[in-house]
Amino acid sequence: MSATPRIHPRAEPGETAATAGMGAIKIDVRSLNFHYGRFQALKDVSIQIEERQVTAFIGPSGCGKSTLLRTFNRMFEIYPEQRAEGEILVDGENILRSKKDIALIRAKIGMVFQKPTPFPMSIFENIAFGIRLYEKLSKAEMHVRVEGCLRQAALWDEVKDKLHQTGTSLSGGQQQRLCIARAVAIKPEIVLLDEPCSALDPISTAKVEEMIEELKNNYTVVIVTHNMQQAARVSDKTAFMYLGELIEFGDTEKIFTKPDKKQTEDYITGRFG
Amino acid sequence: MISRYQRRKLVNLFNLGIAVLATIFGVFWLIWILWTTLRYGASSVNWALFTQDTPAPGSSGGGLRNAFVGSLILLGIAVAIGAPVGVLAGTWLAEFAARRKLGAVVRFLNDILLSAPSIIIGLFAYAIIVDPSGHFSAYSGGVALALILIPVVVRTTDEMLRLVPGSLREAAIALGTPYWKLVTRITWRASASGILTGVLLGIARISGETAPLLFTALNNQFWSTSLDHPIANLSMVIFQFAMSPYSNWQSMAWAGAFIAVAFILLLNLVARALLGRRNRKA
Amino acid sequence: MKVSEAARDAQPIAATADKKSAGPRARISADFLFRNLSAAVAMLVAISLLGILIALWREGWDALHHFGWRFLVSTSWNPVSEHFGALVFIVGTLISSAIALIIAVPVSFGIALFISEMAPRWLRNPVSAAIELLAAIPSVIYGMWGLLVFAPWFGNFEPWINDHLGALPGIGLLFQGPPMGIGMLSAGIVLGIMIIPFIAAIMRDVFLITPAPLKESAYAMGATKWEVARKVILPYTRTAVTGGIFLGLGRALGETMAVTFIIGNADNLSASLLMPGSSIASVIANEFTEATTHLYKSALLALGLILFVITFIVLVLAKMLLLRLDRMEGRKA
Repeated sequence: MSATPRIHPRAEPGETAATAGMGAIKIDVRSLNFHYGRFQALKDVSIQIEERQVTAFIGPSGCGKSTLLRTFNRMFEIYPEQRAEGEILVDGENILRSKKDIALIRAKIGMVFQKPTPFPMSIFENIAFGIRLYEKLSKAEMHVRVEGCLRQAALWDEVKDKLHQTGTSLSGGQQQRLCIARAVAIKPEIVLLDEPCSALDPISTAKVEEMIEELKNNYTVVIVTHNMQQAARVSDKTAFMYLGELIEFGDTEKIFTKPDKKQTEDYITGRFG
Repeated sequence: MISRYQRRKLVNLFNLGIAVLATIFGVFWLIWILWTTLRYGASSVNWALFTQDTPAPGSSGGGLRNAFVGSLILLGIAVAIGAPVGVLAGTWLAEFAARRKLGAVVRFLNDILLSAPSIIIGLFAYAIIVDPSGHFSAYSGGVALALILIPVVVRTTDEMLRLVPGSLREAAIALGTPYWKLVTRITWRASASGILTGVLLGIARISGETAPLLFTALNNQFWSTSLDHPIANLSMVIFQFAMSPYSNWQSMAWAGAFIAVAFILLLNLVARALLGRRNRKA
Repeated sequence: MKVSEAARDAQPIAATADKKSAGPRARISADFLFRNLSAAVAMLVAISLLGILIALWREGWDALHHFGWRFLVSTSWNPVSEHFGALVFIVGTLISSAIALIIAVPVSFGIALFISEMAPRWLRNPVSAAIELLAAIPSVIYGMWGLLVFAPWFGNFEPWINDHLGALPGIGLLFQGPPMGIGMLSAGIVLGIMIIPFIAAIMRDVFLITPAPLKESAYAMGATKWEVARKVILPYTRTAVTGGIFLGLGRALGETMAVTFIIGNADNLSASLLMPGSSIASVIANEFTEATTHLYKSALLALGLILFVITFIVLVLAKMLLLRLDRMEGRKA
């Protein structure tokens, strides 16, 4: 892996940590501990994620970055042996303690996984599935909605003639963009991306990264990636994690040029991981 | 009016509730059948059951001695034929044909045989043994049971041998071990408990089989250990006695059913324990 | 069952090493012997299906030849006048199996859903084991229990079925008859219970190997458990689930003892499911030892041939649908 990652292309020289840190806090994690059975995967993690920014989690595999991401929509809950302690405030509400139904919390938070996960149904239905969970639309309205979502994902032109073919008939990159379109179709406020490009070729990756740029205008985006260049390219803020701990968190530009911690520097310069 | 979200919640709760009920429904029959067998069967078990032979119609007393012995003889024949054949065929599948088309075809056919109706197997044994020889016999029943046992053993042997790590084989071959020795001394031994489990489960399966015995071993009211004659056996006795109008016969059928179920559950438990130990080791 | 990749990969190595080990002569011949003996035995197992087909064909030939295609479509079964037709029993087999599927499929789906998605971990294995034990109970005991316990109990509900379902226009015909407890419906219900473990086990296994990210994607949208199961898991596992249902059907079609006890053993067709009927297997079981004439026996064996062909087709379909499952598991391993 290259030792000199590209700096975030849109970072203006004058934009400093102070100005970047002005946005409203969307997700506020306070001393979060996480356990898989007896194994502690997150140790006292606190992090504040800003609204309408792209935040990247980087770190060697097993560092807890995906685990952290999966606490934001309580995905771990479907597995009985996993538990989280601490607080995760989303818009000021602690979702770990919330009495609100988990489905409603998740409706606000979209998620995309490492491997594309098209549902076993048509391309059209893949998008419509989520919409139907929350809204009753007429056939015509649904069609407009689905088309809009696919256009947003720059996928419309590629799939408009085969909307009723199964989602798995698409290429890997198209599948992943379909999954992102599907996640935003339910109009969430936060989009979680768990290594969304790790199974894709470079061209598909570039397209997905373009989408992430777009997403930022409307959503708070959190992306887990093991690809440091990608973090540098797409994110505004970067968090470096190691062995379940948050080592350093700050502006992407700063993390990649003059990190405060030695561990961070070692990792981004490719000395380990 | 309830919202879309509330309706989805209700549908979810309702259907999950149905799923729980379905599970209770399934377990309910098991408990009901086991309980009935225990209630009617256990009370009918007595010493005479093991020391006397099946009674004549309408007469009181009697036992199931000849049926127990006959069943054990039939099981013995079935295992004597079925276990070696099944283990060898399974060994061929796992050791010599794992990646060959022919292996896949044989495995496929074996799976069909595994699920083939047992009455068909009985008719087959009738056609190839009873009909040519002109009379019902214990050995034809044993062969029919063996034919049911074989696919079970083939399948487990195949699966268990394929679980043996390749490194073990490589290590043995590196020492210059001939292949037959490698299989008989190393891979068989490494998967012995798994293969044994297959044989036990196969025995559990055939020890309750009745349909294949209808046209082969038939039944025998009297004591007989001759392989060339019809032989008494537990499942045929249960069939005959349970269908009969005599209460003495019916309670004896319950006793037989109780002992058969206890035997089969025991075999299943032992097989599970063996498999569990194996899985923990792996 | 997971297949270790290593074990598969070892095969060619083992095979080539085996060929190359040109050691002492005795060694080669022992290897040769072992390999060919096991191959021969395996072939024997494989061709036994063909053997069954030939044997039944030969034994049933006289009846098939004598009655021709009419054997398949005639509803008359008269041992006295020696006129034999299979239709009553074919229909009886299909109807009792259909009832069994109507009961077993939804129940198995519920059980599989409960085990794979709902049950707490500690409950998973006991419930699985209990359902599997249903398959371990011998069918003669199902039959005995069905005749002596279930049928009298079920008979209590039959007047109600008569009054309510029997009064419906059209399908009411299916539910009119004497409340005897035994009959086509009772046989179908007991068959249904018997095939639940086979269908439920396959559904459970495929539900458990549905990729977690796929389920999570749906959960992440706020889908409920039911929606995930119905809209994601079930379509994803559709092929294997169908295979499992066919496997259960194969069991139901050929099940003998339980049906023989409960179906009532009537040699004629009746519209009502509460009336006694017969299946292919039950008539063979009932009449085989009484069949004294050659033609009678041959007709019963021809029935066996028909049953074999039907179940063979169903089982082949089942296995082909399930092959994909094996590949899925193989990939995972």
